[in-house]
Amino acid sequence: MDVTTLLLLLLVGAIATYFSGDKLASKVALAFSVITLGVSLKLLHDFTQGVNISYMGSWIENPEVALAFQADGLSIAMVLLTTTLTPLILFSSFGTTYPNAKSFYSLVLFMAFAMTGTFLAADGLLYYIFWELSLIPIYFIALIWGNGDADERRKAVVKFFIYTLAGSLFMLVAFAYLYQKTNSFLLSDLSKVNLSSTEQFWIFLAFFLAYAIKIPLIPFHTWQAKVYQKAPTVGTMLLSGIMLKMGLYSVIRWQLQIAPLAAKEYMNVFIGVSIAGVIYGSIVALRQKDLKKLLAYSSLAHVGLIAAGCYTLTLDGLSGAVSQMIAHGFVIVGLFFVAEIIYRRYETRTISEMGGIRSQTPKFTSMFMILVLASVALPGTFNFVGEFTVLYSLAQTNIWFVILGGSTIIFGAYYMLKMFQNVMLGETNAKVFAEITSNEAIVLVIILAFLLFFGLYPKPIVDFVTPSLKEILLNINRFN
Amino acid sequence: MEQNLVLLLLLTPFVGFLFNVFFGEKVGKAMSGAIGTLSIVVSFVISIYFFMQLNQTGKPIQISLFDWISVSNFKLDFGILLDQLSLLWLLFVTGIGSLIHLYSISYMHDDENMHKFFAYLNLFVFFMITLVVGSNLLIMFIGWEGVGLCSYLLIGFWHKNQDYNDAAKKAFIMNRIGDLGFLIGIFILGSVFSTLDFVQMENGLNVGTANTGMLGLAALCLFIGACGKSAQLPLYTWLPDAMAGPTPVSALIHAATMVTAGIFMITRMNFLFDITPDVQNIIAIVGAITALVAATIGLAQNDIKKVLAYSTVSQLGLMFLALGLGAYNVAVFHVITHAFFKACLFLGSGSVIHALHGEQDMRKMGGLKKAMPITFWTMLISTLAIAGIFPFAGFWSKDEILITAFHENKVLWIVGSIASIMTAFYMFRLMYLTFFKSFRGTEEQKHHLHESPTLITIPLIVLAILATIGGAINLPGSMWLNHYLEPIFATVSHEEHVLGNTEYMLMGIALAGAILGIGLAFSKYIKQNVVPNEDNEIKGLTKIVYNKYYVDEFYTFLIVRPINGLSNFFRTTLEPALSKTVFKLANVTYVMANQGKKAHNGSVGLYLFAFVIGVCSIIIYLFLV
Repeated sequence: MDVTTLLLLLLVGAIATYFSGDKLASKVALAFSVITLGVSLKLLHDFTQGVNISYMGSWIENPEVALAFQADGLSIAMVLLTTTLTPLILFSSFGTTYPNAKSFYSLVLFMAFAMTGTFLAADGLLYYIFWELSLIPIYFIALIWGNGDADERRKAVVKFFIYTLAGSLFMLVAFAYLYQKTNSFLLSDLSKVNLSSTEQFWIFLAFFLAYAIKIPLIPFHTWQAKVYQKAPTVGTMLLSGIMLKMGLYSVIRWQLQIAPLAAKEYMNVFIGVSIAGVIYGSIVALRQKDLKKLLAYSSLAHVGLIAAGCYTLTLDGLSGAVSQMIAHGFVIVGLFFVAEIIYRRYETRTISEMGGIRSQTPKFTSMFMILVLASVALPGTFNFVGEFTVLYSLAQTNIWFVILGGSTIIFGAYYMLKMFQNVMLGETNAKVFAEITSNEAIVLVIILAFLLFFGLYPKPIVDFVTPSLKEILLNINRFN
Repeated sequence: MEQNLVLLLLLTPFVGFLFNVFFGEKVGKAMSGAIGTLSIVVSFVISIYFFMQLNQTGKPIQISLFDWISVSNFKLDFGILLDQLSLLWLLFVTGIGSLIHLYSISYMHDDENMHKFFAYLNLFVFFMITLVVGSNLLIMFIGWEGVGLCSYLLIGFWHKNQDYNDAAKKAFIMNRIGDLGFLIGIFILGSVFSTLDFVQMENGLNVGTANTGMLGLAALCLFIGACGKSAQLPLYTWLPDAMAGPTPVSALIHAATMVTAGIFMITRMNFLFDITPDVQNIIAIVGAITALVAATIGLAQNDIKKVLAYSTVSQLGLMFLALGLGAYNVAVFHVITHAFFKACLFLGSGSVIHALHGEQDMRKMGGLKKAMPITFWTMLISTLAIAGIFPFAGFWSKDEILITAFHENKVLWIVGSIASIMTAFYMFRLMYLTFFKSFRGTEEQKHHLHESPTLITIPLIVLAILATIGGAINLPGSMWLNHYLEPIFATVSHEEHVLGNTEYMLMGIALAGAILGIGLAFSKYIKQNVVPNEDNEIKGLTKIVYNKYYVDEFYTFLIVRPINGLSNFFRTTLEPALSKTVFKLANVTYVMANQGKKAHNGSVGLYLFAFVIGVCSIIIYLFLV
C-alpha cells in the first residue's frame, strides 16, 4: 500500500457521496474521511517501520510528467493534518443542514483529495495541477453555500478565485522555465538544479507571488477576510485549517529548495514582509466587529509568523513552522467552529450582539477559553511549542525580528481576550444560549486533547518531521 | 519513591483542580472547599518532608520526567529541582496557600460558583509549584504563564461586571509585555549557553570569557519579565486594578506568592546578575523609585484594598532594591515576612469587607475595633510589622534592606527610608480610619456588624503570629536564612552586617522614622479626627496623587488609543484601499485587452501599416543591430 491509496479513497469517496443522495451524503462523506484517516495512520506506521510508501509512475511523455508522489516526514505530517481535520470538519457540519447536500459534501471530499495531492506531489506539473484543482471545489462551496448578500459574496469569491489563479500562473511560468533548463519537472531534479543567482531571483519571485497570495502575506491578503466571512463555516475551516498551509508547505518544499540563493540574499526582506503581516494582522484584528473576520485577521498574523520561520532557513525555523502549521490548523478550525456554534444559537456573527453567554453554558465557555489560550500560545499547548521554536529561530537570525515578531504574544492576548470578553462575558444575555450538544462537544474535545497532549509531549511530531527538514536544508545549502 | 513523592507534591493541587472542575458542583460547597484545601495541605506536608530531608543531607533533589521541547542546539526536559531556594518558596506558597484556602471556604460560601473558585485557586497553586520547582527556565516559564492565567481567571471571577473583566484583561496583557522580555532573555541565554538548565548554566558560565554584552541584554530582558509579574515601574498599573478579584485572591496571588515570582526568578539567576552590574544598578533604581512612587499613591487612597495594593507594589520595590544591590538573601527574607503580614492584612480587610457586605471605602468605615476584635488585633500586629516596629517580623527584614542600601548607596537608602516612613503613615491611616472613632456607615450595616466566623479568624491568628515572630528566621547573630541559602548563590561575598554602632544607629533611625509616620497619622486621623474628602472635593496635589498621577490615563493616551486608532484606520481606510489597488491592477489586463480589441477593427490600412512596421523591425533587428 502506498500514498496513492489515500488519493483514490478520497476521490472514490467524493463520487460515492455524490451518488448517495442528499440524505446520506454527510454520513457517507464522513465514513470515507474516517477510513482515509485510518489508512493514513496505517501508512504512517508503515513509514516508521521503513516501508517505502512513495509512488512513482509515468504519466505524460512529452513534456515528461510523472505521477510522482513522495512521502517524507514533512509531507506525511501535512497529509495527516488534512486527513485528521477533514473528518472533524465534516462532523462539525452535522448541526447544519445544507441544501443539495450531496454536491456539498462531495466537493468537500474532492477538496481534501486535491489538497492531499498537493502535499504529496513530487513532480512540478502534477503538483501544479493539484494546486489549481483545490481551488475549484472551494470556489463552489463558498459561492453556492456561503452566507450574506449573494451579490457581495459572488464578488468576494470571484476575486479570490482570479487572484489566486493569477498568482499561480507565475508559478507555472517558473516551472516551464525550469523544465526548459533541466528537462524535468521532478522535485528530485529541481531541488538540485544550479541556477545563476539572477535566474534564482526571478524564479523565487514567481513562486513568491503564488504563495504570498495563497498564504496570504501582506499586502496580498485582501481576498482573505471577506471570503472567510462569506464562505460557509466548513469552507472557512478548509481554507484556514488546511489550504493556507499549502502555501507555507510549498515555500519549504519548492521555493526554498529550487532557489535558495535568492532566499538567502533577500532573507531580511522576506522575513520583514512576513513579520509586518504579524503586526498588521494583529492590529486590524483588534477592532473587527465580525467574529469570523476577526479570526481571519488573527490567522493572517499567525501565518505571517510561520512564514517568517520558514524564511530563516534554519532547522529551528522550519521545524517550528511545521509545528505551528499543525497547531494553527487545529486551533483555527476549533475557533471557527465556536463561531458556528454561536451562530446556530444567536444567528449572528456580529460581536456586539453577543455577550453574557458564559453563565449560561459553563462547558462551552471552558472549551472556548482553552482554544483562546491555545491561540495565544500559552505554554502547555502545542501552539506554544511552534511559536517558541519559530521565535527562537528569529532570535538567532536577528534580535529585532524577535522583538517585532514576538509582539504577537502581546497583541494576540489583546485581541483574543478582548474578543472573548465581548463574546462571552458580562451581564447574562436575555437570549437563551443552549449548552453545546454532545456532537459539538466531541469536535472541540478532540481538538483540545490534541493541542494539550502534544503541547506537553511534542517530541513524536517534532522528531518525526526533523529528518525530512534536515534533508531539505542540505539541498538549500548546496551552494555553500 | 522520591520521584513519586515529588509528583504527588506537584500534582495534588492539579487533581484538586480537576475534581472541582468535574465534580465540584455535584458534591456541594463544603466538600468542594474541603477537597480544594486538602489538596494544598498535602503538598504542604510533603514540602515539609523534603525540607527536613534537605536540611539533613544538604543535597538538592533533581529529577527529569521526560523530554519536552528541543531546538537545534539543546534539548529541554521536564525537570524538577528541589533545592534550598525552591523548598523555601514551596513552604510558604503551600503553607499560606493552605490557610487562604481554609479562609475561602467561609469567605466564598455564598457564591454560586464556589467550586469554580476553588478549581482556579488549586490550579494557581499547581502552576506556582511548577514555577518554583522547574529545573530550567522554560519550565519556570510554564508556571509563570500559568499563574498569569489563573490571575486572569480570578480577577475576572465575577465575570458579569465588565470593569472586573477589563481589570483581568489588563493584568494579562501587561504581564505579557513582561513575558516577551522574559522569552527574549530565554532565547539569548539559550544561544549563549546551549542549555536553559539552571545548574548547567551556572556551571557553564565562564566568568572570564563570558560575552557580558549579550548576557547583560539577557539579564535586562529577564528583569523586564520580572517587572511585569512583580508589578514594578513601568508595568505596575495592573496590580491595583487586580483588586477586583475576591479578597482571598488578592491575599494569595497579588500579595504573598505570584507577585514575588519576579524576585524568585532573579534570585534563581543570581549568577547571571552578579556579572552584569549595570543591570543590577537598573534594578536597584527601578526598585527604589517604585517603592517611593507607590508609597506616595498609597497615602491618598480611600479603598482599603487599594491601599494594600499600593503598599504591596511599594514593598516589592524594596525587595527589588535589595536584589539590585546583590543582597538576594535579604530580598528573600523580606519576601517571606511580607508574605506573612501582607496576607494577614488582606485577609483582615476581607473580614472587614465581609462584615460590611462588600463595602471597601474606608470613609464609610470606622469604629470597628469593638465589633471585630480578632480582625482588629491581628491586623494591628501586621500593621506594626509592615511599619517596621521592633520586634515584629517586618522590622528585621526591612532593616536589613535599609542597612544594605546605606552601605552601598546613600541616595537609595534615603529613598527607601522615606518610602518606609510613608508606609507607616498610610498603614496607620488605614487602621485609624477603619477601626477607630465612630462608625460612618449606614444604620443597617451598623446593626449587622459582627466578627467573622472561625474559619476566617484562624488563618488571621496564625498569620499574625508569624508576622510577630517571623523575623526569627534571620535574626542578627543567628542568620539562619543566610546560611541556609548560601549554597544557591554563586558569590558568597555578602558580608554579614556585624552589629556595630552604625547598624544600631540605622535601626534607631528606621524605628524613629516609623514612629514619626505613625505619629503623623495619629495626629491627623485621631487627634484632628480628619475623614478624607469625598471624591469631588479632592483638590490640588492630593487629587493628582489620588488619581495615581494619571499614569493609567497617560498609558491610554499614549499607547492604547493610538493602537486602536491605527486599527480603525487600517480597517476602514487602508484595507479597502489595498483591495482597490489589487482590483485596479487586475483591471490593467482588462484595459489592455480592450486596447488590443481596438486594433482588430477591420481596417486593412491599419493592418498593413502594422505589417510594414513589423517587417522593418525584424530586418533592423536581424541585420543592423
